[in-house]
Amino acid sequence: MIYLENIGRYFLMLKSVFSKMTKWSMLRNLIFKEIDDLIVGSMGIVCFISFFVGGVVAIQTALNISNPLIPKYLVGFATRQSVILEFAPTFISIIMAGKVGSFITSSIGTMRVTEQIDALEVMGVNSLNYLVFPKIVALSLYPFVITIAMFLGIIGGWLASIYGGFSTSADFVQGLQIDFIPFHVTYAFVKTFVFSFILATIPSFYGYYMKGGALEVGKASTTSFVWTSVVIILINYIITQLLLT
Amino acid sequence: MIEVKNIKKSFDGVEILKGISTTFEKGKTSLVIGQSGSGKTVFLKSLLGLFTPEEGSIFFDGKEYEKLSTAEKRHLRTEMGMVFQGSALFDSMTVSENVMFPLRMFTNQSVSEMQDRVDFVLKRVNLVDAHHKFPAETSGGMQKRVAIARAIVMNPKYLFCDEPNSGLDPKTAIVIDNLIQEITDEYNITTVINTHDMNSVMEIGEKIVFLKDGYKAWEGTNKEIFKTNNESVSDFVYSSDLFKKVRQVYLRELEG
Ligand SMILES: Nc1ncnc2c1ncn2[C@@H]1O[C@H](COP(=O)(O)OP(=O)(O)OP(=O)(O)O)[C@@H](O)[C@H]1O
Ligand SMILES: [Mg+2]
Repeated sequence: MIYLENIGRYFLMLKSVFSKMTKWSMLRNLIFKEIDDLIVGSMGIVCFISFFVGGVVAIQTALNISNPLIPKYLVGFATRQSVILEFAPTFISIIMAGKVGSFITSSIGTMRVTEQIDALEVMGVNSLNYLVFPKIVALSLYPFVITIAMFLGIIGGWLASIYGGFSTSADFVQGLQIDFIPFHVTYAFVKTFVFSFILATIPSFYGYYMKGGALEVGKASTTSFVWTSVVIILINYIITQLLLT
Repeated sequence: MIEVKNIKKSFDGVEILKGISTTFEKGKTSLVIGQSGSGKTVFLKSLLGLFTPEEGSIFFDGKEYEKLSTAEKRHLRTEMGMVFQGSALFDSMTVSENVMFPLRMFTNQSVSEMQDRVDFVLKRVNLVDAHHKFPAETSGGMQKRVAIARAIVMNPKYLFCDEPNSGLDPKTAIVIDNLIQEITDEYNITTVINTHDMNSVMEIGEKIVFLKDGYKAWEGTNKEIFKTNNESVSDFVYSSDLFKKVRQVYLRELEG
């Protein structure tokens, strides 16, 4: 029951987010600030993880090929497929649910418990629009983050293969190019775009509607991470079913 | 003027406000007093529309709040100023940004006009050298004064203060009380203050509403509160020996 109620409240929240817009001059500043916090601030960790996980994917693939009949370019091929299809869009989004999501929940939650949200409402500001809308706009740049993650993941795989002696550069690059289906990239970006909306709104929901004090802010962040990940995984399944089969 | 008619509010089945009616007049500082937990904050937040009472109605200069459209409610709120019990300053903004916030949000003034106004109100609350500090870098008393500055920066028609001088030293507390009374008088504001500071009660209580167990147990002025025979009020107001003596001296003076 409580789940249904939350889903209902979530959609009502979205309705308020898009009604009674805050003054543009204010909104613009907020959007830039959120881009800095949410997008630029996540770049480091995303680059780091992408590069090394890309490398590990390549090594794992290479180590698991024992049959000499399997062509060497498979390492490049497998790295490309796993990085573009799942690793960059989905895996990085789960990481972001932890990083960006808990940041959003705790910052909005703190504003709730210290009555800053009430203060906004009392002034006549639509607090949901003021707080959540800039985050949605800022995170619409999230696909760029994922593009970089894809690129670095593949570079990581390439370097790991060459320096680990698992594959030659030529083989790897051949693997990258073979059987390339452009629609896979479209699919990855459709997912990413949907995930960016989830990353902005679900953590906001848990922050905005929390009750209690500082301890509850911590709890809300955890709950928010769990549900953001669960929704991302479910939506991932649904989109994959719809677009790739 | 604010008229409150029989408002009731409960949380999880526990009734906190059990039907309260009163009026707060323009240009007067009205005080709501009562023990900790008696529902003062809930009452004030119900006036502001942050809590919706289950029953009863609230009229702002004749307009019933519940009957207004969402847009009208938002507009009415731009005419209200509120000082929260915990100040509720935006902690991502500096002191002067906090005070400027309503101006930036709701007016089309130029930056220098806004800056002038901010300087003016900050001076009004005796804060001159804290403009660029963040709330976390200021003391509790300073935060209270910034909150007051933010509440009055738009020249509100209605001013609500939830314990504006709790946690302040006696001197600053008096400064704040006098300040609120001056502004109320000067701009003809309808001001409602929650307090359990007896000094404020004596000094600025042009109207006092005493809440007890969810009911309005007494109302009157600071002159009348000395003379009242209502036991629950005198128990509350004159709980300390000092105030008991003050009362006796005052009453003797009145007779003599
Ligand atoms: N949001 C809420 N949910 C549930 N109960 C609440 C809520 N807000 C207040 N209460 C309850 O209402 C009662 C009155 O609280 P309120 O904060 O109005 O007291 P107060 O008179 O302002 O006290 P103080 O002088 O300590 O500030 C308390 O018993 C409190 O537990
Ligand atoms: Mg209170």
